[in-house]
Amino acid sequence: MEATAIKHSFTEKANRALGVNEKDAKLTLTYLSVAFIALLIGGVLGLLQGLERAGLLQLPSWLNYYQVLTAHGVLLVLIFTATFVVGYFYAGISHTMGGLIPKVRKMGWVAFGLMVIGVVFVVTTIVMGEASVLYTFYPPMAASPYFYIGLVFIVLGIWTSALGVFTNVMNWRKNNKGQHIPLLSYFAVGVFTLLFFGSLGVTYEVLTLIPWAFGWTETVNVMLSRTLFWSFGHTLVNIWYLTAVSAWYVAVPRIIGGRLFSDTLARVVVFLLVILNIPGGFHHQIVDPGFSEGLKFMHVFMSLSIGFPSLMTAFAMFAVFERAGRKKGGKGLLGWFKKLPFKDVRFLAPFIAMVAFIPAGAGGIAQTNNQLNQVVHNTLWVTGHFHLTVGTSVALTFFGIAYWLVPHMAKREFTPRMNRLGIIQTIIWTVGMLFMSGAMHTVGLFGSPRRTSYSTYGDNATALGWDPYLILLAIGGTLLIIAVVMMVYIVFYLMFKAPKGETEFPIGEPEDNAAPTPMWTERWGLWIILMLAVVAMGYVIPLVDLIVNAPPGSPPFKTW
Amino acid sequence: MKMHRFEEIWLVLAAGVIILSMVVTGYQTFALGMGPPSNKETIDPQKVDETAPFDEPGVYQIGENEYEVVMTLQIFSFNPGDIEIPAGSTVHFTMTSKDVVHGFQVAGTNLNAMVMPGHIQKITQKFDKPGEYLVLCNEYCGSGHQLMSTTITVK
Ligand code: HEM
Ligand SMILES: [Cu+2]
Ligand SMILES: [Cu+2]
Repeated sequence: MEATAIKHSFTEKANRALGVNEKDAKLTLTYLSVAFIALLIGGVLGLLQGLERAGLLQLPSWLNYYQVLTAHGVLLVLIFTATFVVGYFYAGISHTMGGLIPKVRKMGWVAFGLMVIGVVFVVTTIVMGEASVLYTFYPPMAASPYFYIGLVFIVLGIWTSALGVFTNVMNWRKNNKGQHIPLLSYFAVGVFTLLFFGSLGVTYEVLTLIPWAFGWTETVNVMLSRTLFWSFGHTLVNIWYLTAVSAWYVAVPRIIGGRLFSDTLARVVVFLLVILNIPGGFHHQIVDPGFSEGLKFMHVFMSLSIGFPSLMTAFAMFAVFERAGRKKGGKGLLGWFKKLPFKDVRFLAPFIAMVAFIPAGAGGIAQTNNQLNQVVHNTLWVTGHFHLTVGTSVALTFFGIAYWLVPHMAKREFTPRMNRLGIIQTIIWTVGMLFMSGAMHTVGLFGSPRRTSYSTYGDNATALGWDPYLILLAIGGTLLIIAVVMMVYIVFYLMFKAPKGETEFPIGEPEDNAAPTPMWTERWGLWIILMLAVVAMGYVIPLVDLIVNAPPGSPPFKTW
Repeated sequence: MKMHRFEEIWLVLAAGVIILSMVVTGYQTFALGMGPPSNKETIDPQKVDETAPFDEPGVYQIGENEYEVVMTLQIFSFNPGDIEIPAGSTVHFTMTSKDVVHGFQVAGTNLNAMVMPGHIQKITQKFDKPGEYLVLCNEYCGSGHQLMSTTITVK
């Protein structure tokens, strides 16, 4: 163990001496710039939706609610998250593996180029009103074929970035035989493995939609498309989550002056999430026709099993906090809690993210149970749920990362003023999400549907009863946009304006007496085989059924 | 990997939540017949009007206090609409879509199902309490999606 500890501080010193690799920094900062611009635009659109839904604002005739909602979904769940994930992990690999190898850096740029081309196609078709199909683009609603072509470019970009990660890691392993890959890079391998395998199904879907949208093929298999979409959609959710968790395990212990909870446990959580994840997509289809009750029941287990590694994480986090707090002299049952650095936004933001994950995870477990899902499916409850998970747990962690990653890469200081501003930002975001998500959850239980512009359904009494909650939703949205603007300001200030200097890339170290991590955790080949086996268990029967017993397909419709 | 005592307890509790969920969901599905709507019949989505029973959508009494509603969903309406049934009836809905994906939801009940072109969906509900129930489409289906609604009046 001694040896690894020494090794750790050695890489640490080497990094400090060499400093940030400037070429790698440029790549990451470019990705992060796009991420936060997407957040800004997406946030403004979110506010418009919030105000519209509350009946406070009427959108002009040239700006349709569903066009706005399509853009909001695509910008935030696809572009903001994807660009952040790539930028962050490329930085993580550069930092923990002694710089990106030049070939990989080039792949990073090619990936960026492909994504930009894709985004241009997608955004243009949305703005032209040719793709108001929401980010789920369920057929037989058909967008312009160029919308789907844009999606293909985005996927190609993602695959290229994944290939870059694998190339760099394999190169490092060749040069560091018999060693564990650094924990943060281990997370990166997990995330990009999921990104690659998780996007295979949706890519097939999109490739069938292109000729159909051009009119070259007549019909498309609607249920098959939907099922393939969710095999990806759900995996994407856990990709962000795993990315956020990487910062909880690796960076947060360092920021609070503690140590890793357990290097082994962190790696177990990573590969468990990779193995178990993909069939979870079925929980988006619990009230669909075409699948038997037995199959849906099996999938309850498939979805809930993903909860297990999350609960392991919950324990690990609080254990790290307690140890760090006690080391700083916290006494008694809860004295350690007060010793935590709540005035450091690099901790506060991910801490609130973790706390938000408690109700978010509980809600997730609840709505995966078939009969409870039937109560909330496609109501605003679900929208409330993912503004807690993605909008709070993931987004606040990403913000928490940005506070140190951006100045680290830009060779600038994270100033006390930015820290203060960051704390205010975090509080406003949290309160805004409490209002918005709380209102969405509640009114969803009463039956208010998601993805629906303001409607009283002909002054129906039930629908009118939802209005007060929708006003609360709009208030939350207004607070959120303030927080979005602050965050974007902070990021670009740290990138271009903060005083020159150094900011640490926080990497937690194991406890001095930690048991060495067993080598079997590195068996990626095995994890991938297990993952494919689980995917086969979850998907072979329903997919074969959907193909073999398919009804005649559907022609394209443009209903907006 | 040596585990802390509390961690073991915690993980046993975690496994317990998962098992409990499975037991309750399984019991409700298979013993109480409360499973989610999962019908597996298919239909040619371009020939709905010519295919029984959807060639004659409507409300049919099929027993004492028992009704079947044969319903098509299309942009942006439910056919039949403005349904009336006596209190205490059990209603079986048989539905399909004539165009894009729709959702069938009745606020204040557990009626909630996806209605897809090419597939016939079924769901059942007993209406005990008199009143007017709001039926709405809960899957985005186009520019008039927010107008797609009707009512069920229980008398
Ligand atoms: C300023 C902050 C935000 C506001 C005011 C906001 C507001 C809203 C509103 C009102 C809806 C639509 C509800 C509906 O009609 O179904 C919505 C949908 C959505 N939001 Fe946000 N949101 C914000 C931030 C975010 C963030 C940070 C994310 C994710 C990273 C996000 C992801 C989504 C997604 C995925 C949808 C669903 C789109 C769909 O159903 O097609 N939002 N948001
Ligand atoms: Cu999911
Ligand atoms: Cu609709």
